[in-house]
Amino acid sequence: MLQGAVTSRVVRGVGALTVALSPHVADVSVPGARPAAVLAAAQPPQTRDQRLYPALQREPGDPEVIARGQAVYGISCRACHGLDLRGGDLGGPNLLRSQLVLKDDGGDLMGPVIRDGQSGAGGSSMPPQNLSDADLDAVVEYIHDVLGTASRQGGPPAGEELELDILVGDATAGQTYFAERCASCHSPTGDLQGIGARVESPKELQDTWVRGGARNAERPPITVSVTLPSSQRVSGTLERLNDFLVVLTEDDGRHRSFSRRGDTPQVEVDDPMAAHREMLPLYGDTDIHNVTAYLVTLQ
Amino acid sequence: MAAALLLAPIASSAQSGGLDPASLLEPLEDSWPTYSGDYSGRRYSRLAQVTTDNVQRLTLAWTRTIDSGMPALEGNNAPTFIGGEGTGDFTIGSQRIKGSILQVGDLLYVTAPDHVWALDVRDGGERWHYFWKTRGGPHIGNRGVAVWRDSVIFETVDNYLVSLNAKTGEERWHTEIASFEEQYFSTMAPIVVGDHLLVGTGNDLDAPGFLQSFDPATGELQWKFYTVPMTEQDPGIETWPSLDAAMHGGGQVWVPGSYDPETNYYIFGTGNPTPGYTGVARRGDNLFTCTLIAVDVDTGEMAWYFQTSPHDTHDWDSAQTPILIDGVIDGVPRKLVSTAARNGYFFTIDRVTGENLVTTRYGATSNWASHIRESGSPNPHPAKEAIIPGSLVSPVEGGVANWQPPAFSPDTGLFYTQENNGFNLLYLTDPDPRGSMGLGGKDRVTVGSGGNALSAIDYRTGETTWRHAWPVGGGGGAGVLTTAGGLVFTGDGSGNFVAFDAADGDLLWNTRIGNISNAPQTYLIDGRQHVLVAAGQQLFAFVMH
Repeated sequence: MLQGAVTSRVVRGVGALTVALSPHVADVSVPGARPAAVLAAAQPPQTRDQRLYPALQREPGDPEVIARGQAVYGISCRACHGLDLRGGDLGGPNLLRSQLVLKDDGGDLMGPVIRDGQSGAGGSSMPPQNLSDADLDAVVEYIHDVLGTASRQGGPPAGEELELDILVGDATAGQTYFAERCASCHSPTGDLQGIGARVESPKELQDTWVRGGARNAERPPITVSVTLPSSQRVSGTLERLNDFLVVLTEDDGRHRSFSRRGDTPQVEVDDPMAAHREMLPLYGDTDIHNVTAYLVTLQ
Repeated sequence: MAAALLLAPIASSAQSGGLDPASLLEPLEDSWPTYSGDYSGRRYSRLAQVTTDNVQRLTLAWTRTIDSGMPALEGNNAPTFIGGEGTGDFTIGSQRIKGSILQVGDLLYVTAPDHVWALDVRDGGERWHYFWKTRGGPHIGNRGVAVWRDSVIFETVDNYLVSLNAKTGEERWHTEIASFEEQYFSTMAPIVVGDHLLVGTGNDLDAPGFLQSFDPATGELQWKFYTVPMTEQDPGIETWPSLDAAMHGGGQVWVPGSYDPETNYYIFGTGNPTPGYTGVARRGDNLFTCTLIAVDVDTGEMAWYFQTSPHDTHDWDSAQTPILIDGVIDGVPRKLVSTAARNGYFFTIDRVTGENLVTTRYGATSNWASHIRESGSPNPHPAKEAIIPGSLVSPVEGGVANWQPPAFSPDTGLFYTQENNGFNLLYLTDPDPRGSMGLGGKDRVTVGSGGNALSAIDYRTGETTWRHAWPVGGGGGAGVLTTAGGLVFTGDGSGNFVAFDAADGDLLWNTRIGNISNAPQTYLIDGRQHVLVAAGQQLFAFVMH
C-alpha cells in the first residue's frame, strides 16, 4: 500500500455480520443494525401497492413477532442459511432467492419444510426443526420481512457499509504516466493542484479524472466553425449537430442554424473533451489505478 | 417435418378463419403478420415502390399518439375492454412503443405494457382498445402481439398470456405463464408456428430461464424448455459449480427468435447468467446462458447450441433476434444463422448443425475478451469483471446492440445493426464469496462514449463493409428495416428517421419526427407502399404516392 492511501466507503449488499432491519422493527435493539433513519431514507418514496413484486408489496408484520422470529432464526437457521439469509458455510441455500420461500404464503410452503425437513437439490438436505407453532410462525414472518427489503433488479437488501480500498496502484508509475500522457493539458501545480484533497474519495477522484470532470460538472463548451460555400466562416458554441443540421450560438448571442448535406457546408468541431474520449480505448486498468494513486497524493 | 406440421389438422381449434398460420411461411411482402415480418428475422421486405431514387418523395400519411394511461370507460369513440388480476391502482405512467406493430388486413395491432390497440391501417383511427390491470412488475416495454387466426395474443408484465378477439378486442382467455412471486416479468412478443405459440419471459432475481409453447387456441401448455440445468442429469450441468447455482442461473428468453421451416427449428438467444455481475459463485461457462439455441418446435428438444458469451459477468444477454441466411461461404451453399450480440461480437453459424463459421468483433471498442476460443466463442478476461479498484469496460451495460432488431438484405449480403460503443468503470461493491444476487453487487460509472454507428456487416466474413458513424450524441434506440428498394431505414438517435442506400451507406433521406423507439416496418395498402415507425408514444405512417 502506498503512502497517502485512503479507504473509500461503499455500500455493500447484506452484510455478513449484521442483518438489515426494515424501518418498522428498527426499535428492536440489535448490535450493529443501521439506524432507522438511514434505512428509511434509502426506501423509494412509494406506497406498498406501487412496489413491483409481491415480496415487496406485502403488508408489514407485527414487529414483536418479527423480533421473535429473528431470535429463532439466529438459533435454528443461521448456521446453515447465514445471518443475512443468503446461505451459510454449512451449505444451506440462499433463502432470499429461493423459489419456495418467494412463493410461500404465511408458511404454507415453508412450514412443512421447517417442521419435517427435506432433501434439497444437489444432495444437501435439511433436518427437521423442532419449533413451537408460535416460533415457526414467527420465523416465517421474519423471513418475509427481510424479503421485503430487497433492492432493485433482484439485488439483495442494503446491508451495513463496507470499507473497500480501491487504491491498489503505484503512485510513482502513475506520476510517470501522467507526465507522458496527461501533462500536455493538465498540471499537478495548476488545474489539478490539491485535487486529492478537493475530491471526497479516491473512487470519486478516479471516476472524475477518467470521465474528464465531475458527474454533474458543467462541461467546457464545444465550439464549431461552419464554412459556407461562399467561403464565409461562422463560428460559435455548438448547440446541436447531426447529419442534417448544425446549430450554434455566436459570441454575440446570435443563434444560427445550417442545413447539412454530406460535407456541405464544412463543419469543424472542437470538443475539449475529445482528448478524454480518445484516451478511453488506450488505458490499461493498471494505468488507471496508478494515475489515481498519484492524484490522491496531490493534497 | 415442417410439411407434417402444416398439414396437421387444426381440429382442436374452435376457429378456422382469420390469419392462417401457414401464411407466415411466406417471405415478407404485403403485410406484417409476425414480430419480424416473416420467420427469417431478416426484416427485409420485397416491396420496392420506395427506392433509392424516389425515397425523397415519401410523405406523411397520418400520425397518431397513444394514451397509455388508465382508459376512461365512457366517452370513447371505440370499444374499450378492461381485464386483469390487479386492483387497477398500480400506476404505470406513460409508456413508449418499443415493439413490433402487426399489420393484418385493415388493422394495425399496437402495444405498450398492459395495452393493446387495434388501429385502422388507413388513418390510425382507434378500432378497439384493451387494457390489463396489472399486479405490478417493471413496465419497461412490450414487444408486440401475435396474431393467430381470429385471435390477438400478448404477454403482460405480470406474466399472463392474454387472448383477444382480433376483430372486437374482447378477451377470450388468459393464463399464467410464469410465477409473479418469483419475480418473473414478461415483455416478449409471442411467436406463432403452426399450432404452437412460443412464449418467453424475463427475470432479474436468479431464477431459471425458459421458453414455453402453448396451444394458441386454448392457452394450454405444450412443452417447457429450461435454458439452464434443472437436474444433475441435464446437459450443461458440468459448466456450473452446483445444481443450486445452475437452477438460479438465469438465461431468460425475452426477445423473439427466428424459425426455419426446413429443420423445424426455432432459433433464439438466451439472456445473461445470474447473479449478473458477481460470477464468483458460478464459475464455469454457465450453459445455456448467453447462447444461441435451436429447439424442435414440436417437441421442445434442443437440437444444437452455440454459446456467444461464456460466463458473462456484464449483463450482456445474447437475446438478440438471430437472422436466417441462405448464403454461400467458400463457394458452398450454406444454411446459416447470424447474430450481432450485445457483447460486441458477430457470429455466423451453420443453422442445421450449430457449427461456428465466423466470429468477429463488430463493437469497435469492446475490450472484455482475451481471445477467441477454438469453438468460436470469445473468452472472457477475468480482469474485466467488476473488481474493487474498478475495471474499464466496453461496451456499457446496454451493450453494443440490445433488443432493437437488426436487418439483413439478400440483395447486398449485408447485416445491418446499430453499433453502440461506450465505457464504464465497473466496481465490485460486494466481494462476498457467495456472490451477490440479481444485478446487485457492483457500481457502474459511465465515463464516456466510444462513438456510435450504423454498421453493415458481411455475413460471410464478419467484416464491416460500410459503417456510418453518427455525430457525437447520436445512435442507440432504433431498430432497422431493409427493402428490395435498396434501402435501409433506421433512426439516428438525434431525432431523425433516416434512409440509407443499402449498398454503400449513402444517407438519402431524413425527417425529424423525434427519436425512433422501435424498428421501422413496411406494408402495402391500396396498392401503395407504407412505412410505419414509432417515436415514443407517437406513430407515423409514411406513404409513396
